Amino acid sequence: MRISTFFYTIGQGFRNIIRNKWFSLASIATIGACLFLFGLFYAILSNFEHIVKKAEEGIYVSVFFQEGTSDTRIAEIGDMLWRRVEVSEVEFVSAEEAWEGFKDDYLGEYSDGFTENPLANSAHYKAYLSDVSLQPALVTYLESIEDVRRVNKSEITATTLSGINALIAYISIGIIAILFAVSIFLISNTVTIGISVRKEEINIMKYIGATDFFVRSPFVIEGILIGVIGSLIPMGIIYVIYNNVISYVTERFSMLTKLLDFLPVETIFHILLPVSVAMGVGIGFLGSIVTVRKHLRV
Amino acid sequence: MTEKDRKRRRGRRTADLGNEIITLENVSKAYATGAPALNGVSLHINRGEFVFIVGDSGSGKSTLIKLLLRELTPTSGYINVMGYDLVKIKHRKIPKFRRNLGIVFQDFRLLKDRNVYENVAFAQRIIQVSNKEIKRNVPSILATVGLAGKYKAKPRQLSGGEQQRVALARALINRPTILLADEPTGNLDPKNSWEIMKLLEQINENGTTVLVVTHNREIVNSMQKRVVTMKKGIIVSDEEKGGYIDED
Repeated sequence: MRISTFFYTIGQGFRNIIRNKWFSLASIATIGACLFLFGLFYAILSNFEHIVKKAEEGIYVSVFFQEGTSDTRIAEIGDMLWRRVEVSEVEFVSAEEAWEGFKDDYLGEYSDGFTENPLANSAHYKAYLSDVSLQPALVTYLESIEDVRRVNKSEITATTLSGINALIAYISIGIIAILFAVSIFLISNTVTIGISVRKEEINIMKYIGATDFFVRSPFVIEGILIGVIGSLIPMGIIYVIYNNVISYVTERFSMLTKLLDFLPVETIFHILLPVSVAMGVGIGFLGSIVTVRKHLRV
Repeated sequence: MTEKDRKRRRGRRTADLGNEIITLENVSKAYATGAPALNGVSLHINRGEFVFIVGDSGSGKSTLIKLLLRELTPTSGYINVMGYDLVKIKHRKIPKFRRNLGIVFQDFRLLKDRNVYENVAFAQRIIQVSNKEIKRNVPSILATVGLAGKYKAKPRQLSGGEQQRVALARALINRPTILLADEPTGNLDPKNSWEIMKLLEQINENGTTVLVVTHNREIVNSMQKRVVTMKKGIIVSDEEKGGYIDED
């Protein structure tokens, strides 16, 4: 291909957008609307997942020992815990540490009256869970170990979080399926309009002796440009909305800040931006190829 | 077709075998519905000829042009244009074949959003002519068709005659071996019709083979060229310096 032909083709792609501005706007709006919804749900679901994950990370099972259990046996139980797939981390809390923690949390200055450690028999392991849904299996196992006196579990939280996780997964699949269907419907409509606009032009090109490549190229470049524009606009809008909503929620509901740990916008866009642009380019590319392909057999 | 016509044509064919540029042998074309559009048509046209194809609606003229453009393939028979076997030609070779044809339609078929210059230059861009050459060739061909001063105009700003001249300029700029004109005067007044026909005659005198499908009785009768008359999918007459045959 001549360099002049290459630049002509690129130029035609840009000019096509201006020439068919209503079609271009409709296509940009269609792609933009789909990717806006996609971005919005991605941001919401990522934060949900992040919050749930944070909450999960704090869930642990406490393992207390029989009175008089030797340090060697306690260390053995620790090793057994480390080997379990349900456990991501094991932390040993001595009787002194347990008492210090209790004093700080509940007694404060009133603890001065105690001369001995009332929790002398409270040394335990905190076994943090790799997956909250595995808690029941771990608890059953722990209760079967000799020298284990008691196992404290966080039944309600674990069940709730497992439920939320499953719910998020179902919602994600549902929303993506709906968005996919809506995108296909909107894009096929826009492409149909595009076909009627371009049919004559493609026919003329073919009668004059244009190759399929020559006919297709400007349309493909146009499609890709529309895809890029159609993805960048919603991303810009989401960027602004996201920052504002996070600031608003953080300021307005400051008491929830500990519970609601939002992801920074950079983390969201690290994945969302390239995925959206790739989707926009892909939709634009496929849309234009399909549109032209139907009319190349002239 | 009379036996005399067949003999005459066979005689010419033998004499000009090396010079033959369009060959149709026993070509039929049937569409999914209705009677066959072409029924066993044979036609031989030599390089440099000027031929009128005449006939009423439904006679098969348009189907014939579409077959010559390789827009359609025949149901049976053999078609060869400029050495290309149009029955067996591969899809990817069709563009190269069409670049040797100039095509003019009744409805002009110009790109409405581009000006006169771009409409004509477009045909050169397709065959990857350099910008420098395009800038030299387009004004020259526009001057030939009498549109030198209108290169910036959009098609909607031109009269029917002027639009047909643009179409003609576009068809001619790549110096085609054959010019196919499908009802080129169908949308024009008598004055513009004659001007277009004079241009076509001039193009033919410069060596291009010209095929004109037309209904224009006055033009056919006046120009005294070869006339192929079609009726209901067959060639009923093929005469050198012929005239328009009236419907029975």
